[in-house]
Amino acid sequence: MDIIEILFTASFWAAAIRIATPLIFATLGELICERAGVLNLGIEGIMVAGAFAGWMAVYSGTGLWVGVAVAMGVGMLFGLVHALLTVPFGLSQHVVGLGVTLLATSSTYYAYRLALPEVTNPPKIAAFQPYEIPVLSEIPLLGPALFSQTPFTYLAFVLVAVVALVLYRTPVGLAVRAVGENPAAVAAQGLSVTAIRMGAVIVGSGFMAMGGAFLTMSAFDSFFFEMVNGRGWICIALVVFGSWRPGKALLGAILFAAFDALQIRVQQTGFGAEFPYQIFLMMPYFLSILALVAMSRRAEVPAALMVPFNKGER
Amino acid sequence: MTQGTAEALRLSNITKRFGDLTANDAVSFSVDEGEVVALLGENGAGKTTLMNILFGQYTPDSGTVEVFGETLPAGNSRAALDAGVGMVHQHFTLADNMTVQENITLGVRPLLSLGLERAAARKRIVELSERFHLAVSPDARVGSLSVGERQRVEILKALYRDVRILILDEPTAVLTPQEADDLFSTLKQAIANGLSVIFISHKLHEVMAIADRVVVLRHGKVVGGVRTADTDTHALAAMMMGSQAEPPEIAPGKAGEALVELRGVSTPDIGNAPGLKAIDLTLYAGQICGLAGVSGNGQAALADLVGGMQSAARGEMILYGNVLHGWSARQAVHNGIARIPEDRHKTGTIADFDLTENAILERYNGAPFSRRGWLDWGRARRFAEEIIEKFDVRCPGPETRIRLLSGGNMQKLILGRVLEAQPRIILANQPVRGLDIGAVNYVHRQLLDARDRGAAVLLISEDLDEIMALADVIHVIADGRLSPAFGRGEMTPAELGIWMSGQGFGAGSYHAA
Repeated sequence: MDIIEILFTASFWAAAIRIATPLIFATLGELICERAGVLNLGIEGIMVAGAFAGWMAVYSGTGLWVGVAVAMGVGMLFGLVHALLTVPFGLSQHVVGLGVTLLATSSTYYAYRLALPEVTNPPKIAAFQPYEIPVLSEIPLLGPALFSQTPFTYLAFVLVAVVALVLYRTPVGLAVRAVGENPAAVAAQGLSVTAIRMGAVIVGSGFMAMGGAFLTMSAFDSFFFEMVNGRGWICIALVVFGSWRPGKALLGAILFAAFDALQIRVQQTGFGAEFPYQIFLMMPYFLSILALVAMSRRAEVPAALMVPFNKGER
Repeated sequence: MTQGTAEALRLSNITKRFGDLTANDAVSFSVDEGEVVALLGENGAGKTTLMNILFGQYTPDSGTVEVFGETLPAGNSRAALDAGVGMVHQHFTLADNMTVQENITLGVRPLLSLGLERAAARKRIVELSERFHLAVSPDARVGSLSVGERQRVEILKALYRDVRILILDEPTAVLTPQEADDLFSTLKQAIANGLSVIFISHKLHEVMAIADRVVVLRHGKVVGGVRTADTDTHALAAMMMGSQAEPPEIAPGKAGEALVELRGVSTPDIGNAPGLKAIDLTLYAGQICGLAGVSGNGQAALADLVGGMQSAARGEMILYGNVLHGWSARQAVHNGIARIPEDRHKTGTIADFDLTENAILERYNGAPFSRRGWLDWGRARRFAEEIIEKFDVRCPGPETRIRLLSGGNMQKLILGRVLEAQPRIILANQPVRGLDIGAVNYVHRQLLDARDRGAAVLLISEDLDEIMALADVIHVIADGRLSPAFGRGEMTPAELGIWMSGQGFGAGSYHAA
């Protein structure tokens, strides 16, 4: 099968959207944190924790959406830890973030062993099923690709719009953006820099956990330890790629996912058989780096990213 | 301009300490409605600290702030804003990447309300800016505005919230004389509408021009309060400086040979900072050449060029009569160019290095401080001790980390470091910024002594008074273009101000950014 041909199959685009969904959630989460001036390297671990928490909740008998809420809640808890250490205490965001990733990952392992001590193969749950949106799903190519996904995926797209609206059209969004640009300006207007930054980190971490939960509750139906597999780090790059804007970050996530879906399919062509498959596994990352180089030249970094703010200091 | 006797603001017994330093010591004063009170004092007198307490950004150790009879909770900016207190900080509190409107409306509506009501906000901003002649577009990105425009945004920010008491912290420090006049006429209009103003400054003539009453602070204490009608600038200066002597009379320098010549030199723009645009400049031995201008008009480019941080893209640079080919910071040091950098914290010193290490920063890599690749710490330490002794650097010893020194003592170390090498050319970029009056006089004396020994001094400053006092010739820089040389006393401040605002340059060579 030819590469061009692959690009015109609905199943390819459906796979791309599916692969993109967890990236969209987590990228939005990271974007909110960074817009408020906090780099959240806890993202990778928070995704692992979210993946486990949502799956475990459903396995224990809750509904699917309750599972999503549980995952988000667990993510927000880890977000609270990150926010407390980086915002009021002003500790190094790199160290705290990596610490949160290690803490979240290892406490997930611990919880898994506590909950399922004798299990060799993790149990399956009844995951989200695709829901074909009437009328729209019948559009050729676009229908099967975009409108025959699970409701969890639709939520991701809705969330992009909501985050963009809140950031650019509400007072709280204005405050979040300002606190990432110049916290002194926010303090001078009588707002609490600490509260706004902590809120942004907590909510953003909740979204990251939802991205993880998508893996166990929609993309697959079970939990494996290596399933997040560096997706969190990709999302940090996607935030830069998207110039800290929700719409562009969405495009970036879909672009990366499309590369990923493409390489799997190219491996199976006659052309692909001539190369070691690792080359293809590498391609999405390689192309992402190229895209980053091209796109992020003009990116406008939030001016106060990674700059702690201490009121009354001189 | 006093309207009634209603008291707008009362500060009672405010005390604030930072470690061992008492920034404010039992300060009390009041401001009436529609009154303009100037808070006058040297750098470090505690003016800004006091205003930050009033505005709720610092919590005082003791004392109270009352606004229209109500006591404000300490350390709460929100309460101060709600009570009608607004502050225009010396260092603007604006987010550069956001628009004027976003900066003004930030935090005005409750955080969790829906929508920004952008149309209504915009209308109000336009109305206010027309009423008070504060021309600025609501949609402009703050980062693209000039310093004067940014200040207008800050004032609009306060007016938008219906302030009744406005604090202005050294508002004219960054303005051209003309911009300052515009600011004053805006303020007078607002004052006529009942606004009370606290005006922080150390410029006496401004204080006399705008204030009804003056409160003088020295070393954190109120040392006097007078109506401007009952005093004059001499009396105020005496009050402000206490027993400090007036700066000495300065004899003109005797020009010798040309040491540095720039002919038609241009450098590229870097970001928002303009490069040089075909400038001609000659620095003579035994003369101080003052470079006046509003900050960000090419001073950085010229300083970088002379200091060896950048080379000319076009034109030629002649040093001691030889045309330069290739130019670097190391060559500048080896050719006897002494550099007193603009930002002594960022480029002048390494904060966590001790005085010895900082003293040899420029010359560590050769005799006498290193031999066969090994540093001679004994020599270095003796050099540092010499500087400490000769230049009166107040510190526990040469092993002190330099970040613990005050700005004045840090600057003395830098002066010693460069002057001990007997430089023939001295590049002094904002050498007295942020220093107290004693340190200022000391630095100026050293520069004058170096000049009298036959050094050529390029003095870059945003303080026109400093330039006019010290410089034998003055150039004005605006948008990377350089005015002709003016002799000592040839121009009035107002005339220089015209050049500083970019007018005065021939229309032919004018190309605005």
